[in-house]
Parts: sequence; C-alpha cells; structure tokens
Amino acid sequence: MNRVEMRFLSLADNVGLARIAAAALAGQANFSIHDIEEIKVAVSEAVSNAIIHGYENRPDGWVDLIMELDQSGMTIIVEDAGVGIADVEQAREPAYSKDPERMGLGFVFMESFMHGLEVESTLGRGTQVRMRRFVTLSGELSRDAQ
Amino acid sequence: MTIMHAIQGRHVRVTLRGDLDLKTAEPLRDALDKLVDRYRDKNLVLDLTEVDFVDSSGLGVILGRYRRLSAQGRQISLAGVKPSVRSILELAGVDSIISIGGDPVRGQTAAPKS
Repeated sequence: MNRVEMRFLSLADNVGLARIAAAALAGQANFSIHDIEEIKVAVSEAVSNAIIHGYENRPDGWVDLIMELDQSGMTIIVEDAGVGIADVEQAREPAYSKDPERMGLGFVFMESFMHGLEVESTLGRGTQVRMRRFVTLSGELSRDAQ
Repeated sequence: MTIMHAIQGRHVRVTLRGDLDLKTAEPLRDALDKLVDRYRDKNLVLDLTEVDFVDSSGLGVILGRYRRLSAQGRQISLAGVKPSVRSILELAGVDSIISIGGDPVRGQTAAPKS
C-alpha cells in the first residue's frame, strides 16, 4: 500500500514530472516494464488534457495527481479546476479534438492502457479522470483483479 | 529535446533525442516545418533511436507533418523505433500510413512488427 498526492501548475513541463512520478510509484508494485510504459502514457494524456483543455493552456491552473497502490493494482486520479467538458461522451470518441494538430487520441490511449476509466466533469468547475490499472500475472489479470 | 538533421541524398534525416510530449511538441513542429520548407525536394526521415516516449501530442506532430508532406507528394518515414513507441504508433494506426522502422536512406527493409 502506498499513496502519493501531488499538486502542480498547468505547465507542459509538468507532464513529464507527473509520468515519472507515476512510473516510480508503479515500480514499487509487480508491474512489468511494459505495464509501466503504458501507465506513463495514460498519465501523460490525462495531465495533457487538463492543461490543454481544462485550463486552455493557461499556465496558472492547479492540477492534482493522486495515485494509490494496493494489492491488486494502482488507481490514478487527475483533476483540474478548469472549464470542464460539455459532452464527456463526445470527448471520449476517437478523433474528437478541438485542435487540428491533435488527434483526439488521449482518451483512446487512456482506455486502451488502463483497466478502467471514469470521467466526471462539470462546466465551469473542472474535470476528474479516474483510472485503474491491475497488476497482471503471466499475462492474465491476477485473481484479485477479476 | 535535441533535434539534429543531415541531408542524405533525397532525404532529410532528423535525429531526435528525448520524449515527444506536450512540452516538446511545439518546438519539434516548428523545427520540422522549417526543414520541410527549406528542403522542398526531399523526403523526411525521423530517426527515433533515442526517443523512449511518445504520447498523442508527439503523434500529432508526426501525423501533421505526414499530412503536409503527402499534400506535396513527399514522404515521411520513421526509423529506429523502439518497441514501446511502436505499440503507441500501431494503436493509433500510424503504421498503416507511415513506414515504421524502415531506413530508406540506408536501404534496409522495414523491421518486423513485434
């Protein structure tokens, strides 16, 4: 069991900081290197979304990263107090993005690499992304995780 | 992120070092667009040998350059792609439109998919 809470400004520099912290915590559990690489991508996407969409690239917003390890895996929460998402279901669709240079794959990667994704958002109040990754044993979900 | 380029025949080979994420996407996009505009008769090879991490921000830069070059009848290819990066590219379907792992400059064939 372990729990880490971080709060950082909505700066692009902090995306790397967040995923390195996630990787370091995941390294305390029985995650494989491949698992940790995927967790890093999911965290990177969630934090990038908070900065780009939540705070619309404003550098003065706070992003909260809460990570918890337990016997069966890791829970990661990324929360912002930004503008919120008008239509969460639409935002989760592949190729949906307000920026033509972006691919709208952030949620696709989060859903693909994690074993559960919940998004709660309120316009004008912010967004919380909650992700869960189970420890896998020999390529299968551990008994506790099933 | 470190960005270096070399002219090799009909190709501009750009060697990247570092992570491709939100922090590095904009400077990388600007640097690649300058090279694309400067060498208008050449294709682009991105050498990712020293890139350990790519997320959707980095992918956006690669696909944006693919669109630009394709519209001009030019090509972009990726070389030296590590397995962890390859899985991201494959999940996004990038491998269906961009040569990954091949090295057209040195005449090697595309690396087998892992």
